[in-house]
Amino acid sequence: MTNLVEIRGLTVEATTDSGRWIQILKGIDLDIAAGETVAFIGESGSGKTTAAMTLLGYARPGCRISGGTVRVDGRDMASLSEKERAALRGTTVAYVPQSAAAAFNPAATIMDQVIEVTRIHRLMPPDEARRRAVALFHALSLPDPDGIGDRYPHQVSGGQLQRLAAAMALIGDPKVVIFDEPTTALDVTTQVEVLRAFKAVTAKRRIACVYVSHDLAVVAQIADRIMVLRNGAVQETGSVDDILTRPTHPYTKELLHAFHPDTGGRSAPPVGDAAPLLEIKTLSAGYGPPQPNGQPLVLAVQGVSLQVKRGTNLGIIGESGCGKSTLARAIAGILPACKGDIQFDGRELWHSAGQRSREQLRDLQIVFQHADTALNPAKSIEDILGRPLTFYHGLRGKARDARVDALLDMVHLPRALRHRRPAELSGGQKQRVNFARALAAEPKLILCDEITSALDTVVAAAIIDLLKELQRELGLSYIFISHDLSVIEAICDEIIVMYRGQTVETIIPSARQQPQHPYSQLLFSSVPKLDPTWLDTLNSDADRMRVA
Amino acid sequence: MKSRVPSLILSRLLIALVTLTIVSFAVFFATTLLPGDTATILLGQAATPEAIAGLRTAMHLDEPALLRFVYWIAGLFQGDLGTSYANHVPVATLISGRLANTLKLAGLTTLVSVPLALTLGITAAMWRRTLYDRIVTVATIGIISVPEFVVATLAVLVFAVYLKWLPALSFTYQVDSFAGLLRAYAMPVVTLTFVVSAQMIRMSRAAVIETLNTPYVEMALLKGASRPRLVLRHALPNALSPIANAVALSLSYLLGGVIIVETIFNYPGIAKLMVDAVSTRDLPLIQSCAMIFCFGYLLLITAADIVAILSNPRLR
Repeated sequence: MTNLVEIRGLTVEATTDSGRWIQILKGIDLDIAAGETVAFIGESGSGKTTAAMTLLGYARPGCRISGGTVRVDGRDMASLSEKERAALRGTTVAYVPQSAAAAFNPAATIMDQVIEVTRIHRLMPPDEARRRAVALFHALSLPDPDGIGDRYPHQVSGGQLQRLAAAMALIGDPKVVIFDEPTTALDVTTQVEVLRAFKAVTAKRRIACVYVSHDLAVVAQIADRIMVLRNGAVQETGSVDDILTRPTHPYTKELLHAFHPDTGGRSAPPVGDAAPLLEIKTLSAGYGPPQPNGQPLVLAVQGVSLQVKRGTNLGIIGESGCGKSTLARAIAGILPACKGDIQFDGRELWHSAGQRSREQLRDLQIVFQHADTALNPAKSIEDILGRPLTFYHGLRGKARDARVDALLDMVHLPRALRHRRPAELSGGQKQRVNFARALAAEPKLILCDEITSALDTVVAAAIIDLLKELQRELGLSYIFISHDLSVIEAICDEIIVMYRGQTVETIIPSARQQPQHPYSQLLFSSVPKLDPTWLDTLNSDADRMRVA
Repeated sequence: MKSRVPSLILSRLLIALVTLTIVSFAVFFATTLLPGDTATILLGQAATPEAIAGLRTAMHLDEPALLRFVYWIAGLFQGDLGTSYANHVPVATLISGRLANTLKLAGLTTLVSVPLALTLGITAAMWRRTLYDRIVTVATIGIISVPEFVVATLAVLVFAVYLKWLPALSFTYQVDSFAGLLRAYAMPVVTLTFVVSAQMIRMSRAAVIETLNTPYVEMALLKGASRPRLVLRHALPNALSPIANAVALSLSYLLGGVIIVETIFNYPGIAKLMVDAVSTRDLPLIQSCAMIFCFGYLLLITAADIVAILSNPRLR
């Protein structure tokens, strides 16, 4: 009995800048039966996407399949000619990309792109293809299934595009579909809908799936088996149950551990401290030219009030576009608020950072989500950390050098990194430098805007541990903004749920308080659990709430 | 949010109009800054001061520059380009024949160079990093680096002097048949094609390669699309706007920048007319030529911008 997919001894090589070829996949073996879903899991750079793409006989530019066989439906994708591979792409093996928003051609309508597979392979007349596409849109529970195809990609939301990309993959009736992190870019509430739609459609057609992801909880919902990859080698393969409950490999254990961040390890917040460190009253901020009523054209934050007590942490959670980053920018004064009061340490702050005193700026620091863009690529780490030291503390020469070393120690980076540039560091290291720069000012409050979102689970967990440790040592407060509930729960004493620019609820996790507001209930219930039955048993109340 | 295209195009045309006004201002005052007194030059060294003063009054040269500018603009709007200082012929008559010649040469060159350049650029992008791509790239760089007078002179030397296939001077040759047209225009057109194509080839190749690296082209590849389909259906529509700009910039050169080619082939075009006008200090003629060049340039650039607006689905 042969399987639908049989991968034997697969190796892939990539070329380096110096022109040498190095192995990035080191001998992979895998079987996938018809109708089975196998998840490839691992951190970024582990080779999971590269491995999945070999099923299409494709290696990204600069890479090549150097050995082994990839038999799909009896044919070895690795040894076929480019023309023969092209004939199988879309018809036997199909691909759902990570970012559907980028994978749709901006200059063509959605329908044209969805049915393009049938046109390329001459599978059916266009009218029939269109009918089929509309049927798929229905099956994937897309809104306005009859009209959505006439739109251009930019007129459709991200979650919808992701489902449309699935329709694009399914139209040619493939036997194998590769899902490449299809929900990573989506909000948790949208992710649930998309996962459900994928699961229903692929189960109904008995399509074998390869599901690439770094999120164990998502994978648990959708996969039959899991293959754990690291540095281009298979660490462990097993059923979902085995991997989740009886992991044997240390790396798998680490992954599982990272999924349950430590909620302890912090000193209890000081009680009875009457004066809050930061107090915000009915703050509004937005974008665009001011209107006659004095408000900006688009109001992203509307009348938000909150308090941060000294030495405690406040979490702000909400879906993308809910105004949580705008709130952070308004507090920091980068985007001056149009209304409301900001009181910091008992004193009123100006709305605009330009009018605040240097001391006030120093006390309130912000750390941005993307360390890549927040760190000047042309400066060395030493310069990046040294600048705030000179600006706020007037440090120069030896004193400055010593302080830079101390900062690197604080964020657990080797001192030797000080002469490197940001591009020479890993994602986690860059985020540590980004954070050290805020620490350099010796602030009282740090605004952390999605600082772990771009990082792998294991790396993110390490950053959270670092934040806790520094809080113990330096008595800082954090405002921690994220769309990831588990991260926020791990570090925050109080959580604010934001929805459409307003706070809908304040939750204190230590009190085991359950969310009351319908939106927070939906948000909390949408966070995937490691339990493989979670998606199937998820209360359909959520759907009713969505409508409301 | 029906469609923003009409308003965008309208605003683009308005900008062009404003630019033209500013340019006319600049052209007029730049020419009045030319050294030397027109009346003195026209009448020669021996003229009496009375004669010079009389001429100045007759030519309105004694009036303020701003007033003369208003006269000039008003004249332009009525189609009156003024009278040549040098030979007292209306500027319009002087220019019309020359402009037709220039447009004929530019039109023929466009017909040859644009399809040729785009085909080479796009196919080079399609077969990137192949021998074909390398040959095209090296050849275009080579052609960019050779000055046009060298190309033109060599062409004359080879085809007219040694081989005697083509006439060395375009204008003296009577065009009475299609073959005659080919013979008369072959060398100037080929020379100009060399000059303007290189930039278009490089820009269209770069623009297409840029879009070939996008995720949506990779997606199309993974749908099983062939290479021509990837380039023509997915990459090219998204590369249209930079290509249109490169074409417009290259073609604008055909109006005013062809003086060397016109001189070598003794072709009576408008660029040569303008250079002659400068040596005779014929202000109305210089101004009119400059305005024609600017107008042509603006026309091309505006057209490229409109193509860019129309090719962007986000604005539809």
